[in-house]
Amino acid sequence: MKKKSWKSIPEGGIITTPGNSLKFKTGDWKTHYPEWNKEKCIQCLRCHFLCPEGAIKVKNGKVVGIDLDYCKGCGICADECPVKAIVMKKVGENGSD
Amino acid sequence: MGVIKKAMTGADAAAEAMRQINPDVVAAYPITPQTPIMHRFAQFVAEGKVKTEFVTVESEHSAMSACVGAATAGGRVMTATSANGLALMFEIVYIAASNRLPIVMNVVNRALSGPINIHCDHSDSMACRDSGWIQLYSENAEEVYENNLIAIKLAERVNMPVMVCQDGFITSHSVESMRVLDDASVRRFIGQYKPKHYLLDVEHPITSGPFDFYDYYFEHKRQQIEAMTKVIPAFYEIVDELGKLMGKHYETVEEYYLADAEFVVVSLNSTAGTVKHTVDELRKQGKRVGALKIRLFRPFPREDIAKYLRGKKAVAVLDRAATFGHVAPLYHEIRSALYEFPDKPRVVSYIYGLGGRDVNLGHITKVFNELESGTAQEENYLGVRDEDEP
Ligand code: SF4
Ligand code: SF4
Repeated sequence: MKKKSWKSIPEGGIITTPGNSLKFKTGDWKTHYPEWNKEKCIQCLRCHFLCPEGAIKVKNGKVVGIDLDYCKGCGICADECPVKAIVMKKVGENGSD
Repeated sequence: MGVIKKAMTGADAAAEAMRQINPDVVAAYPITPQTPIMHRFAQFVAEGKVKTEFVTVESEHSAMSACVGAATAGGRVMTATSANGLALMFEIVYIAASNRLPIVMNVVNRALSGPINIHCDHSDSMACRDSGWIQLYSENAEEVYENNLIAIKLAERVNMPVMVCQDGFITSHSVESMRVLDDASVRRFIGQYKPKHYLLDVEHPITSGPFDFYDYYFEHKRQQIEAMTKVIPAFYEIVDELGKLMGKHYETVEEYYLADAEFVVVSLNSTAGTVKHTVDELRKQGKRVGALKIRLFRPFPREDIAKYLRGKKAVAVLDRAATFGHVAPLYHEIRSALYEFPDKPRVVSYIYGLGGRDVNLGHITKVFNELESGTAQEENYLGVRDEDEP
């Protein structure tokens, strides 16, 4: 989301567009991000149930990927995975995952 | 009708203005010497003379919180406090300003504890000078009344809260002859309050007070700084209108015999009356002395101040508050307002009256004499005991 200047935002910190939290990606402050290895994964779904952000995407009972827009980089998934199918990697210097 | 003469205390003058303003919500907690304002206002509520929702909360922190809630909902909101009550509100005082809520609060100046003291000094409102509130100071009961009317209009014009200060006991509890407007004129003058965004506007829902991270907090502070630059022009529009009703001329500061004065004393609140009286006495002896009273302290009217003080020989700034570790607040700001001018006068500081210590004609005469003889130090104390009594 492009950030606005002080001249064009409403005064007093109010939000005049209800529901705009959908546009706010909460995962931009992580220092490490999880990398999922599809081949190693045994689909136990532990990461899915333990992720505090609901960022482990599941379709038809199977892990299909990680939503890095909302992942906060806590590393719980990597710590809990019984087969080390998730490893934490450092976020690049330019801030990208 | 029009202008009516009355005898009132400063506290009654604030309550009378509040009756005429008829705010939607008043939330307050008693504290000396503010109590008589809310005492009188509670009577107006009980007698049905106002339609105000009067919220008797359990602390000043809750009082200001209730004011923030009511102002966010879209109401015209007022309160009053003093000293430790203001200190207890402090967290919400900042939030009221940051949320840009036009709350008007009467501050009856009293020394902040400790040691505990209930008498007048300006340590309470001075502690709020960086909070984002506009601050008006009142020399007497009539100015308390006028400042309340100005404050309501100004707050709603610029979306910022306003403190109306008066000296505890000296002004708040002394009966003076003063003038008020009739109710209809006041109602016409203040008009209807129409907030741009408010919580009870269900057609245009808003979120108020959300978390503001490092990505937007700075922008909101930048807006507050900018908003303060709009206050002085708005103040002049409003006082021009009030001046027509009251038959008076108002400025952000009041000059007294400054046209040909060489030595000037600057002050806030009731001491300005003592200074003006001393000027009258010294003028009879042919002394070229004058006074400057600061009515609007936040935002600081530095251009108006420089206009009156440039070219004078020497200026003494009276502060009824101390800054521990640096010079007193009003002195600091007056000097800074004059810094860039080559014809700036010598400016010296006098701290006086802390905790209600009396200040009289003798004290102010001494200040003028020390200015004239050049014996004033940079930092001076008026009326403090330097030696044990014999
Ligand atoms: S690092 Fe934390 S937030 Fe991100 S996917 Fe793993 S458990 Fe969820
Ligand atoms: S915890 Fe590891 S093995 Fe289990 S589903 Fe997640 S990635 Fe796959």
